[in-house]
Amino acid sequence: MKFESMADFIGMGGHGLYVWLAYGIALAIVVLNVVQPLRQKRQFLNQQARRLRREKGLS
Amino acid sequence: MSEMATNEPARRREQGSAGVFRAALKRDLLLAFRGKSDLVNPLIFFLMVATLFPLGVSPEPGILAQLAPGLVWVAALLATLLSMDSLFRADFEDGTLEQALLSPQPLILIVLARVLAHWIMTGLPLTLMAPLLGLMLFLPAEGMGGLMLSLLLGTPTLSLVGAIGAALTVGLRKGGVLISLLVLPLYIPVLIFGSAAVQAAVTGLPLAGYLALLGAMLALGVVLAPLAIGAALRISVSG
Amino acid sequence: MAKNKTDKNWMPRWFYQLASPRWCYDITGKLLPAFSLLALVLLLGGTVWALLFAPADYQQGNSFRIIYIHVPSAILAQSCYMMMALAGAIGLIWKMKVADMVAKACAPLGASLALLALATGAIWGKPTWGSWWVWDARLTSMLILLFLYLGVMALHSAIENDTTAAQSTAVLALVGLVNIPIIKYSVEWWNTLHQPATFTLTEKPAMPVEMWLPLLVMVVGFYCFFAVSLMLRLRHEILRRERRSSWVQALVESR
Repeated sequence: MKFESMADFIGMGGHGLYVWLAYGIALAIVVLNVVQPLRQKRQFLNQQARRLRREKGLS
Repeated sequence: MSEMATNEPARRREQGSAGVFRAALKRDLLLAFRGKSDLVNPLIFFLMVATLFPLGVSPEPGILAQLAPGLVWVAALLATLLSMDSLFRADFEDGTLEQALLSPQPLILIVLARVLAHWIMTGLPLTLMAPLLGLMLFLPAEGMGGLMLSLLLGTPTLSLVGAIGAALTVGLRKGGVLISLLVLPLYIPVLIFGSAAVQAAVTGLPLAGYLALLGAMLALGVVLAPLAIGAALRISVSG
Repeated sequence: MAKNKTDKNWMPRWFYQLASPRWCYDITGKLLPAFSLLALVLLLGGTVWALLFAPADYQQGNSFRIIYIHVPSAILAQSCYMMMALAGAIGLIWKMKVADMVAKACAPLGASLALLALATGAIWGKPTWGSWWVWDARLTSMLILLFLYLGVMALHSAIENDTTAAQSTAVLALVGLVNIPIIKYSVEWWNTLHQPATFTLTEKPAMPVEMWLPLLVMVVGFYCFFAVSLMLRLRHEILRRERRSSWVQALVESR
């Protein structure tokens, strides 16, 4: 381990803000690019299910 | 398009590619001359953009002279961009474009003639007007030659690349800002070397390298752009 | 579709199978768990390695650890553009719907990776050079790459017809691809501030092993993440485009 203590780790030798900001943005982008397509697909399937039910109800 | 009904006395029809090119060019220039107000607009815009900088930044000769090479180039770039939207639109709307795509004439020649006509009516006047702007922005006299040469070599490339954007968006109702979005990143190399050439001229350094690069970009554009323009036109018309 | 035995039978069978959206949907369904696990392991492991075990740079201190995000995202942003242009070209030439869908999926993914590269590059710049933004060659090129991505996305959303949109954006992506070397060279010439590239897979790296090994792990991890996100987007696009077909309707009903 390159750090003596937890405080050291968070502080990153004074560069803590930059390192954690960068890694935080990276995490956000990774999560966004996984969650967004999944949610789109779920919304689409629900939408199509509703449409199918409507069409069945009419016929 | 090789057979135009004109008032000229009937003469032997010119065969081959040169004939097609010349006929298309003649038609485009004729049409352009008829819409006179459209010709002047980019030039007025050019002048106005150059006026914005002293007003927005500072009228001091010291500051403006430093910015002048880039400013004139940016203004020329934006003025060219403004005129690109209408390049194919009129022909698209009245069906002439579809006819041109269906005709046996090679599309590349028709496209090249159109872009050349556009440059003659827009890029060339901008190049000729540029020294006036240089004067207003306190560009040193040594830079004027470099300014005109770089614009002479650069503006045809701007017309060629802009035409790709125009061809991609001709079928859309709202072309305007979208063309700028598509085309501006592609304009950046021309801008970099164009303004660098003017800068070199101002400081007395040799221009040849920059002009050679601009020439190379133009050559690449002349060869490749018509292919992209033709493909984009076919897609836009059929879509 | 009658199979013509005389033309193109040097192409492997899977190439033609790729043309079937349904087959693609099924195979991505099988590949997703494996790639997701791989991405998770590599990214998590790489991050822990990068933050805790990799050495800090002598001059830049701990802010150097940002390189483990910045370089992979930059590499991927560029690879993604090439993939987008290639998929667009395949869709244009062979009129393959799936290729069009892959190209469409690449655009927002590549744009967000370019954005990540820009953000981490800028953040890295603050402790290193003192300001939040510097107009150096690499960052400026990445910004222009982002503009190219945004242009493709804007064109796609402006055209209603799916096929026309795919064809137009394919042409745009290819024009952009030809321009990327020209833009890179112009911007590099224009500004020589940024340090030369210190990491390539084929050349001998200028960094010691303890530094480029975690970097390699992160690059591969990012590639796996890219594959996962691409497949997720592709699957949604396949379902959307094929919603009228019977297999999609069966899928909807079975939920």
